Amino acid sequence: MSHPAPHIEKPKGIIAAVKKAIGKNLLSVEEEFGEVALYVRLDALVSVMTALRDECEYQQLVEIAGVDWPDRDPRFEVVYCLLSLTKNHRIRVHVATGEDVPVPSVTGIWPVAGWLEREVFDMYGVLFSGNEDLRRILTDYGFTGHPQRKDFPLTGYVELRYSEEEKRVKYEPVQLAQDFRNFDFLSPWEGADYVLPGDEKVIKSGEPPRGTSPQVNEPKTTEKPSQTGAGAAANEEAKKRSVRKPKAEKPQ
Amino acid sequence: MSLSQDLAPTTGDEVIQNYTINFGPQHPAAHGVLRLVMELDGEIVERLDPHIGLLHRGTEKLIEHKTYLQALPYFDRLDYASPLCMEHSYVLAIEKMLNLEVPLRAQYLRVLFAEMTRISNHTLNIAHHILDVGAMTPGLWLYEAREDCMGFFERASGARMHTAWFRPGGVHQDVPLKLLTDIGEWLDDRLPRLFEDAMALVVDNRIFKQRNVDIAIVSREDSIKWGFSGPMIRAAGIPWDIRKSQPYDVYAKMDFDIPVGTRGDCYDRFMVRVEEVRQSIRIMKQCLQQMPEGPVCSDDRKIVPPKRAEMKQSMEALIHHFKLYTEGFKVPAGSVYVATESPKGEFGVYLVSDGTNKPYRCKIRPTAFSHLQAMDFMSRGHMLADTTAILGALDIVFGECDR
Repeated sequence: MSHPAPHIEKPKGIIAAVKKAIGKNLLSVEEEFGEVALYVRLDALVSVMTALRDECEYQQLVEIAGVDWPDRDPRFEVVYCLLSLTKNHRIRVHVATGEDVPVPSVTGIWPVAGWLEREVFDMYGVLFSGNEDLRRILTDYGFTGHPQRKDFPLTGYVELRYSEEEKRVKYEPVQLAQDFRNFDFLSPWEGADYVLPGDEKVIKSGEPPRGTSPQVNEPKTTEKPSQTGAGAAANEEAKKRSVRKPKAEKPQ
Repeated sequence: MSLSQDLAPTTGDEVIQNYTINFGPQHPAAHGVLRLVMELDGEIVERLDPHIGLLHRGTEKLIEHKTYLQALPYFDRLDYASPLCMEHSYVLAIEKMLNLEVPLRAQYLRVLFAEMTRISNHTLNIAHHILDVGAMTPGLWLYEAREDCMGFFERASGARMHTAWFRPGGVHQDVPLKLLTDIGEWLDDRLPRLFEDAMALVVDNRIFKQRNVDIAIVSREDSIKWGFSGPMIRAAGIPWDIRKSQPYDVYAKMDFDIPVGTRGDCYDRFMVRVEEVRQSIRIMKQCLQQMPEGPVCSDDRKIVPPKRAEMKQSMEALIHHFKLYTEGFKVPAGSVYVATESPKGEFGVYLVSDGTNKPYRCKIRPTAFSHLQAMDFMSRGHMLADTTAILGALDIVFGECDR
């Protein structure tokens, strides 16, 4: 027994069939967690989708998701989730695009793509050529920016309130009573592959950064109570206190 | 009078033009904050442009800043008429990425409560659909059934609506035996009585039929093209149900039927939901009969936090508790798309992990998005008063649509 997520049987020979249908427009096929993801060329998207719908029986476009990878070039990934009602199988189609490279719209194949593309445009600023109604959809009228981008702050830039004096809703720059706090709970012993705050000074000075144990020539031990480790003055104090009082004479 | 004279406006007459009216966002039949800009020719709808996003709260952005467990309660707040089914997709997506095994009792409990959520969602939608077309009484009766469901949710989790009860690895707490016996009695007696009484008033009612039959007919081809799912695609005549075709948890062991429509109109959508309530009762009874004893959560201590009582005794449990509620668990890098059959249709979560303790991206696939988009072509040529019936049969909740 394994995880209880929806059980999807992969149809036999589906990858070969997809490769045959898409041909050279397919960049790579990846399978992870039992799901098939196709990476295809951006300019051939419409013909790829038509082939998948007509030849491979993926009739339904379920979802279009944008993902922002600021370190990659091109920056955005657009993911199309397709569903085959007849084969009972799901497949994902990934394309990569930049800020100013439009993605060919698939509204001609599936009309449902209209709003899904509008949402990706609204959230990421990815353009879709051929979508005749590429307005914002989820954000406010007159909104600027694309909120799902990784460089867009969680708190946003404007806030609005109803002004009793002016009898209207007013937009103002966000003013936080307390700075936005983002706690990093990733354990520094495992996983964090960045420089911990403060360590950059050590790294500049050429010393080994924290995490690697420093070389010690002489083992440090404490043999007497006067070795406090808190400096000479403290040692003197401790020495005075630790001087043994002469034992009281035993009564004979 | 000759024909040409009849058609041409006489001097002094106004030429009737199409006009645009605004419906909502504050309107009792708008099912939340929906704004419809409608272009009318007399009383006939020519074009309809839904404006959504008035309830957009940036859920997906917020989830990217939370650990996997902290992100869970946001799902209750998506479709607030069926919160447990929203959690279901999310926990299954995490379990799929972790390949986490879930004890059998937890799977039965999840199915039991997911079906109860379906009943509470459908009773709400049926009540409102009836209310939208002008009948009051059945709605009030159905609210009683819904109130019972709320009571059961509260007894299981402590909250009526925002339960946060499904967790990665199982459910948060076991339910007392008395709750299960009470649910059994409720399914045997009170719920069918309430529900069938209310349905007897509407399903054969002439006025109700006049308002719904042959309104907004959607063909099979259109329902596929427009990305329909759930009762909407079944009413169009396609027997597609994720519980049956891609079973999750213990749905594979359940015996139930999938109702389908024949005409694809508003009345079919309504009747599919009515029958689904009856099928949900069947599934819940089977759950109660088959449910085994045992743990209700995975015992993988790197993912599921220990109980508080255990924490008082064991140092290791204390460490796990602390680590899991601060750092959380890490999910292997990669991406999955997991969809379940929520009461409104296919509710999916596309989860991208970069191997850390927070989701890199969590795209939520709402059911309402594709259904509401189709409202334009469904309403064309119908009367203004029919739009409320169409909207009622779509079953839209804006928490989910706008995210």
